[in-house]
Amino acid sequence: MHEFLMPSLGPDMEAGTLVEWLKKPGDPITRGDIVAVVETEKGAIEIEIFVAGVLDQWLVQEGETVPVGVPLALIASEEEAAVTSAQPASLPAFPPSPPVIAKTPLTPPAMPQPEPMVRPVAGERVKASPAARAYARAHEIDLATLTPKTPGAAILRADAERGVTEKPPASLAPSPAPPPERKTRPGLDFDKMRHAIAAAMARSKREIPHYYLSTQINLRRATQWLAGTNSSRKPEMRLLMNVLLLKAVAQAVKAYPRFNGFYSKDGFTLAEGIHIGPAIAIRGGGLIAPAMHDCGQKSVDEIMIALRDLVTRVRAGSIRSSEMSDPTITVTALGERGVDAVFGVIYPPQVAIVGFGAPHLGPVAHADGGLAAEPVILASLAADHRVTDGHLGARFLSEIAALLQEPEKL
Amino acid sequence: MTREEVRARVFAELESVAPGCAPENADPDADLHDELDIDSMDFLNFIIALHKSLNIEIPESDYPELETLNGAVAYLLQKLNG
Repeated sequence: MHEFLMPSLGPDMEAGTLVEWLKKPGDPITRGDIVAVVETEKGAIEIEIFVAGVLDQWLVQEGETVPVGVPLALIASEEEAAVTSAQPASLPAFPPSPPVIAKTPLTPPAMPQPEPMVRPVAGERVKASPAARAYARAHEIDLATLTPKTPGAAILRADAERGVTEKPPASLAPSPAPPPERKTRPGLDFDKMRHAIAAAMARSKREIPHYYLSTQINLRRATQWLAGTNSSRKPEMRLLMNVLLLKAVAQAVKAYPRFNGFYSKDGFTLAEGIHIGPAIAIRGGGLIAPAMHDCGQKSVDEIMIALRDLVTRVRAGSIRSSEMSDPTITVTALGERGVDAVFGVIYPPQVAIVGFGAPHLGPVAHADGGLAAEPVILASLAADHRVTDGHLGARFLSEIAALLQEPEKL
Repeated sequence: MTREEVRARVFAELESVAPGCAPENADPDADLHDELDIDSMDFLNFIIALHKSLNIEIPESDYPELETLNGAVAYLLQKLNG
């Protein structure tokens, strides 16, 4: 029997609140399934599982807060599950399903409540699980019109499903003027996120002896290649400069793996994959740098798709557990309208962060003594001196610059 | 489409790619990126949305014309009405 544990979703996470189970006892489990939703300081995170089998029983109920490492559920292997189901029904080998059913009133949930007691005020953030949000989006229902099963709790997928079945036909719906500017801010608490960033960054500055390097990279070729490539593409297929930057870092990491890994009390460990965490700003404040898995094997088109997917999900508040725990190196790019340079703070337990300022026209001196205004970008590296020195860092940063001179090969 | 309809569409698409960005409160002649705090991914999604909903071609080389609210409305009107 496999124990499914409360995962650690960041260096300073001590506990998490299980807000929603997406699998129930008896459900088959395959690797990569999203099993539960856990609320952390960085918002609601979808928790994946990396074993296969059958969910045997829940050990923690919705709403409970437990420390990292505490078993949340038991997963039976397929063989164990087969044995169980082969036993006579009169001899249940396991306790009956947890008492969640008891929390649900036995009256049909379709009973429309004329005036729900708890309803979020217009303009207020609606507490809802990612699954509920996704369901509501797919069915075009407003989260703010839904009522959670437990007053005051977050809206769960089941509530959203109930909302759809209860939704009266449009012709019958008395339509009071919709409240103006209702914003369903997904499950992100900015104060909590600020606290999480503060904890991680304070720990980084306390423990990690950073060193910093920077260099100007000529983007003339990359800019030309991008314009040429995008000119024949539909908008949805176009690439952003950030994609080339991410790809160049992924390629450079292959040659300089000591910038890709984790530092713990046992020292440095090389990471097995290249999972870049692109820092994604959240409108309103805060940022998350979730893992873009296996960047080393992705084409630029695949990185574009992955980046769009990550940005969309970060801003919708539906990030998965592996994306929170897996980044092996962070890349922060200020984008087109930023300032010239950024020097990052390493996100522990990682050992490096590559920063890119805004691409801009800058003076470039050529070997013949001529001076020209060309697209350039300032790249920086902040790395952990316990693992590497400036000499290696300089070669790593130079490799990124060199790769960007041949964008067609990225 | 009238100018007002195009303006409404531009605002709606911006609201949908960047919820809460409040284009109605923005200076219509200021740079969209700065005024609405949208990034290059948001802007590309805005172009994709306009391309799909209005069925017009918007080459990347025309992006500078769409960088203000008034500029975007004028550009789209011209594209739609020839």
